Amino acid sequence: MSDRVQLASRRDFLNGVFSAGALILGARILPAAAPESNEDVSKATWNPSIWIGVNSDGSVILVAHRSEMGTGIRTSLPMVLADEMEADWSRVRVEQALADKKYGSQDTDGSCSIRDFYETMRETGATARTLLLNAAAAQWKAPVNECVAQNHQVIHRPSGRKLGYGELAAPASKQPLPHNSTIELKKAADFRYIGKGVGGIDVKDICTGKAGYGFDAYVPGTLYASVERAPVLGGTLKSFDDSAAKQVKGVQQVVTIDAAKPPYGFQALGGVAVIGDNTWAAAQGRKKLKIEWESGPNAIFQTDSYRQNLIETATKPQKVVRNRGDVEKAFTGAAQTLEATYYTPLLAHAPMEPPAALAWYKDGKVEVWAATQSPADVQDTVARALAIKPEDVICHVTLLGGAFGRKSKPDYVAEASILSKKVGKPIKISWTREEDIRFDYYHSTSAMHFKAGLDASGKPVAWLQRSVFPPIGSTFDASSTYAGDGEMDMGWTDMPFDVPNLRAENGPAKAHVRIGWLRSVANVYHAFGVQCFIDELAAAAKQDPVEYWLAALGESRKLNFENEQAKYANYGKPLKDYPYDTGRLRRVAETVAEKSGWANKRSSKRSVGFAAHRSFLTYAAAVVEVEVTSDGKLRIPRVDLAVDCGPAINPDRVKAQFEGASVFGAGIALLGEVTAADGRVEQGNFNNYQVPRMNDAPIETHVHIVESDALPTGVGEPGVPPMAPAIYNAVFAATGKRLRDLPLKKQKLS
Amino acid sequence: MIQLKVNGVARQYSGEAEMPLLWYLRDELQLTGSKFGCGMGLCGACTVHVNGEAARSCLTPMSAAAGKNITTIEGLNPHGTHALQLAWEHVQVPQCGYCQAGQIMQAAALLKQKPKPTDQDIDDAMSGNICRCGTYQRIRQAIKLAAGEKVGSNL
Repeated sequence: MSDRVQLASRRDFLNGVFSAGALILGARILPAAAPESNEDVSKATWNPSIWIGVNSDGSVILVAHRSEMGTGIRTSLPMVLADEMEADWSRVRVEQALADKKYGSQDTDGSCSIRDFYETMRETGATARTLLLNAAAAQWKAPVNECVAQNHQVIHRPSGRKLGYGELAAPASKQPLPHNSTIELKKAADFRYIGKGVGGIDVKDICTGKAGYGFDAYVPGTLYASVERAPVLGGTLKSFDDSAAKQVKGVQQVVTIDAAKPPYGFQALGGVAVIGDNTWAAAQGRKKLKIEWESGPNAIFQTDSYRQNLIETATKPQKVVRNRGDVEKAFTGAAQTLEATYYTPLLAHAPMEPPAALAWYKDGKVEVWAATQSPADVQDTVARALAIKPEDVICHVTLLGGAFGRKSKPDYVAEASILSKKVGKPIKISWTREEDIRFDYYHSTSAMHFKAGLDASGKPVAWLQRSVFPPIGSTFDASSTYAGDGEMDMGWTDMPFDVPNLRAENGPAKAHVRIGWLRSVANVYHAFGVQCFIDELAAAAKQDPVEYWLAALGESRKLNFENEQAKYANYGKPLKDYPYDTGRLRRVAETVAEKSGWANKRSSKRSVGFAAHRSFLTYAAAVVEVEVTSDGKLRIPRVDLAVDCGPAINPDRVKAQFEGASVFGAGIALLGEVTAADGRVEQGNFNNYQVPRMNDAPIETHVHIVESDALPTGVGEPGVPPMAPAIYNAVFAATGKRLRDLPLKKQKLS
Repeated sequence: MIQLKVNGVARQYSGEAEMPLLWYLRDELQLTGSKFGCGMGLCGACTVHVNGEAARSCLTPMSAAAGKNITTIEGLNPHGTHALQLAWEHVQVPQCGYCQAGQIMQAAALLKQKPKPTDQDIDDAMSGNICRCGTYQRIRQAIKLAAGEKVGSNL
């Protein structure tokens, strides 16, 4: 384990954060294939990923290298480090890392921070503790096994002598790195914070208005930009007249940004920018621009006819991504067959903080302050836009006012950087809500067609599923029309039901807007289709939905896709460490059924729906209780969610993420829809792109964490996918209506 | 020239009278606790108090702020220890935190009018404030706690 950790000098990084004589430890992530010995490893391409420091005054500084968008990761990972090093949390300060390849991946998405860094944090913390112990033992000339590290100090047990971590910082920094065999991780029973949790480190600042987001970034001399972009993706500037705009008080100048060419990737879209003394002046100037756009090939995009095309494609044979047995033959022998087609619309992320960044270009380098999930992508994107080197892009990561995947696409940071270079001043970009909704990287729209054959007892013997959606790949390769393997792995090829004849297919769709990942990504629509269709089968078999679901899941087993023509990347993790264990899926299903009182009698007004889904290696199940009034209004009095994410590192944040997923998922089910006419997105603000408010969100969400000794996995996304199908299944239970299109607000319930 | 008080400090403003108060607070005074979320009074992230009443600063022109006492999240309590701020911390309400200043300012105005709000009062007062992270359940808990009801800690 010491192979992965090395001492660093304080010159190496973060000037000024650590005092002289500080003990600073850097952990390096060892690539699986890298050589074992220290010497060889140092020549290999390791990247330091985490840094911790102890100052001589005893303060401990932990560097957060992941972006905080609301999951609590800026608290949870440092908390793990503090626990293993026996640091007193009240003496810990967290500093946000700059973008730097030495940290390894800083891209905060895919619910992977705990999964990928928990172990490293523990090892790094334990190494720091060992160094401090060794330093104290050396000072006392005592055997190290007579010493114990406890709550920010080392104690010599026989004599009761004590040395604080501050006093030990300097001597510990001169200690040789301890050998692997001398570093012991703490036993679970000794955890001070892991599994218990601490309050969020930013909560006080948030509640007093001091927390700094991308929207709040400021340096003296900042000018503010407001950009008018082509309303249709790929549109170009035909002509513009900025004379009236320049007359507006506070407007300094008007500059253009070249139009991006496909594939759009993370490029700035291009447009006409008004630069003003403040946000308001720039926005007022922009309103006075007279612009003619050439709308380009995407002006044909109409979501109504596009929906029809998706559905038509989904009802014809397509590319097979997984096959078991012979579904066609099994259909002919089935006692009954059922078919159903589901549709889900485009969605916008709409984080409360729209995209925002500040950039300051000087002497061939640019310094940016950005609400970003992916600082390395900021460096690469900005470097390409300005034709400079990525390392000449200094990226400060602010807090993110929500992100949900939007802020891993740094097009807005490229805009600010291009404008700063053109204007020669620090430029602040802060998108309006209309820009945020009209120029998003949308969650894809999909159609899914299902056909099942049941035997005489109602058991499914054949299952065909076909999904069609414009893929995320189209944003990076304009010719891409089929789903990427990653998208197929999200609830499609890994459909868990134990049906002897099974075929999964995917058909092509061309994108006319930028498609991107949104919280839970393709799992959202795949879980909607699969989990609603199994509910349809239960109804056809006249059986209880949960009992039917459990029977269809079959014997507890680890799914193996090898003999079924399926590639399965398992979120980039080996199946031997993170198997798809249907026993764990069964357990969350049984837990949520029990805790929600699924089998209990309810008042005649209330009905329940169920769904369960594994995503990002975490297992989640939902029971949603709905009330449909006689005039067709729906309320959600109660949601129960069960989760198995391995051991919960910070249980309150696990609960918080699932409470949030309940609301986010309800928004997808009830309200969310982006439409386009002539290539233009028709929504622009919270009046027509609605998100849940307190009075239409689920009233109570109860989160049940299932005890588990599996490896820990993330919780930012996995609560979302079971929500929409559970709500729709509850609506069926309440009304007898089988609705198959999202969102519910467009459907008639009465 | 527009005269106003912001968090007890007398200020003078000579810019465009129709500029919303939000941009004066944020861009001129660097009081960035009040947030932009929609610009149309649809989300409540910009909520401040104008003479003690909750107002959407993104829709309040500077002309309407003339002669008024403006309170922002930075000035709600000199030590950041308003009952709601403490309750928010106790219940661990925030996720991303961006909307929470607006939520707290809205809730503070509610408690001033109705020190013991019912669930319906809370729904009515708070449904104009969007939280995209979905912390509504805890916001409700924290308001009740600040109003003197017993609420368990989430930690």
